[in-house]
Amino acid sequence: MSFPWARQYEPKNGLTKFLDEKLPLPRLVYNAVGAGYPVPRNLSYFWNFGVLAGFFLVVQIVTGVVLAMHYAANAQVAFATTEHIMRDVNWGWLMRYAHANGASFFFIVVYLHIFRGLFYSSYKAPREMIWLLGVVIFLLMMATAFMGYVLPWGQMSFWGAKVITGLFGAIPLVGEPIQVWLLGGFAPDNAALNRFFSLHFLLPFVIAGVVILHIWALHIPGSSNPTGVEIKSESDTVPFHPYYTAKDGFGLGIALLLYFALVFFMPNALGHPDNYIEANPLSTPAHIVPEWYFWPFYAILRAFTVDFLIVPAKLMGVIAMFASILLWFFLPWLDKSPVRSGHYRPLFRKFFWFGLIPAMAVLFVCGGAPAEEPFVILSQIATAYYFLHFLVILPIVSSVEKPEPLPYSITEAVLGSDKKVVKGENTSPAV
Amino acid sequence: MLKLLSVRLVAMLVGLVFAAAALWALVIGLIALATEEPAGHLPYEKPMDLAWSFDGPFGKWDQQQLQRGLKVYDEVCAACHSLKFVAFRDLEQLGYSEGQVKAYAAAKQVPGIDPNTGEDTMRPGLPTDYFPSPYPNAVAAAAANNNAIPPDLSLMTKARGDGTNYVASLLMGYQDPSPELLAEHPEAAPGPGLYHNPYFPNLNLAMAPPIGMDGQVTYDDGTEATIKQMSKDVAAFLTWTAEPTMVKRKQTGWPVLIFLLFATVLAYMSKQQIWSAVKPKK
Repeated sequence: MSFPWARQYEPKNGLTKFLDEKLPLPRLVYNAVGAGYPVPRNLSYFWNFGVLAGFFLVVQIVTGVVLAMHYAANAQVAFATTEHIMRDVNWGWLMRYAHANGASFFFIVVYLHIFRGLFYSSYKAPREMIWLLGVVIFLLMMATAFMGYVLPWGQMSFWGAKVITGLFGAIPLVGEPIQVWLLGGFAPDNAALNRFFSLHFLLPFVIAGVVILHIWALHIPGSSNPTGVEIKSESDTVPFHPYYTAKDGFGLGIALLLYFALVFFMPNALGHPDNYIEANPLSTPAHIVPEWYFWPFYAILRAFTVDFLIVPAKLMGVIAMFASILLWFFLPWLDKSPVRSGHYRPLFRKFFWFGLIPAMAVLFVCGGAPAEEPFVILSQIATAYYFLHFLVILPIVSSVEKPEPLPYSITEAVLGSDKKVVKGENTSPAV
Repeated sequence: MLKLLSVRLVAMLVGLVFAAAALWALVIGLIALATEEPAGHLPYEKPMDLAWSFDGPFGKWDQQQLQRGLKVYDEVCAACHSLKFVAFRDLEQLGYSEGQVKAYAAAKQVPGIDPNTGEDTMRPGLPTDYFPSPYPNAVAAAAANNNAIPPDLSLMTKARGDGTNYVASLLMGYQDPSPELLAEHPEAAPGPGLYHNPYFPNLNLAMAPPIGMDGQVTYDDGTEATIKQMSKDVAAFLTWTAEPTMVKRKQTGWPVLIFLLFATVLAYMSKQQIWSAVKPKK
């Protein structure tokens, strides 16, 4: 993508001229995150989380590669080598806590990034491909995080692996053979631990590849913005560098302060104590719970407690859990409102704040709670709303609601007036 | 257009099916709730909120307390519980000299191999050895303890919620069940070989009260060895064994946070300056 007013890269000295001719990597960076990328001037702090997600991916890869140098993926010693890292490896405790809490922060910033995309309908044309690739990244992250949690071979590692691979056992006829094939045995053991380690090392690089596609797709239409009005002229934009590099620098500082406060002062707050007990196939924990970032989806899985028509309860839960994320792939075609930003969509906004957000909060709490009342009932109500919201309410609301008047342009939204404004065009919908 | 419409129609049908299934489960659940007595939980107590020298972001080990805790572990817990992730060399962190650690290790017998015959044997420990297990294997541990294997204590305070307080509370919490509790929950009465303890989640555990009377251990520093003192000291010691790097972690955190705070303020100021050129004039 390039707006006609985008600044052009000009190699200044012999080395950059040589590079630009042979391998124009500096030009690529300049056009991707440098002065050559014009960005809407009105982005709020909600637009910081993409860069932060990329940063935490790098944190995870760097700390993870170091941890892999000291870890042994063997069920006999995995737990002990994790403790070896914590006790005997120089700064090993820092690497492990940074990695474990880095996963949590990666999910926090990605959830905020997704939240931004949902409220501002960033998934809409012309940005469908960015959204689709983002959902792929999220699915890969979930798989990677799940397998990473198995590696320390604590009680929750083992039983989490057993429960999650057990989900495939719910598939009719072929379920059990698939589960055995995935685990390389009848229960999680050395075979499972080894393949999980191998895939846990591989998938982050796959994620990095899809992230490159995600950013590439972003640079074709350019970034969205809080008004949802597309860029009309140069006065709507500022160059990414220095404006957004500076803003992202400040956002990164805040994120790192929070992250390191957690790493250094309460590194186990987001973990489960049971994972400091070595895996024991003969002793089932009282409550098997996944890491916090899976809680909403775990609640959906467990909400289906009875058979539905001919579908067994467990299978229904498994289908619903996968469907709850896969349905995101269809959002660009379910929400057909011509207006993107939730700020100008009164009805959509009501369902978003008073329906979807409370439902997600309830699912989050219920997913971390034991399978008892009132959590089961609450999670069933919230699950029903979750599916109704995306698959029924969103398509209907986007058809029937009357959007509020949009600003003519980003410039007008920021400055209060735009010299190029054409009379009578003020209330025209976006696009 | 027709295709788009059909995507939305299919989606609505799918959404209704999932919502119906969830609400169907809800209805069945409500009926069950109305007709069945819910299974009650035994009321166990949250750990006491005790004060520790290593609490909070500025916390430090109390080396005297850790040394006393080591003595309690040695003379009481070590009879049944291993400490397999702690090496004798680690004890230098408790303020012992190299010579003291060598002597301490040498007083312990660890499994070894006879250099002449190659047969399994026991030899005096070296600083590089780890605390030996009181039992040769899990079967022996189970056989000696009414089938309840005493867990390794290295990570105990991290493996329980609010672990330090939990360990201390449990050790000083043994008591007879109250008549009110037994009246309400007859199943809470301790079975054969079990002991009542309100801090244990099912109120009955197989471990006999390990610290039974004041003065059970004689402290080298003259501290009076009350049940509470011994319980707290060994809980502090086990907090150290669970994470010997805890104090170093907190001490490292401060310079990192102060540096980041400084850098973030600078980043904010440069952001403000850069943006002042394009910000609308108020």
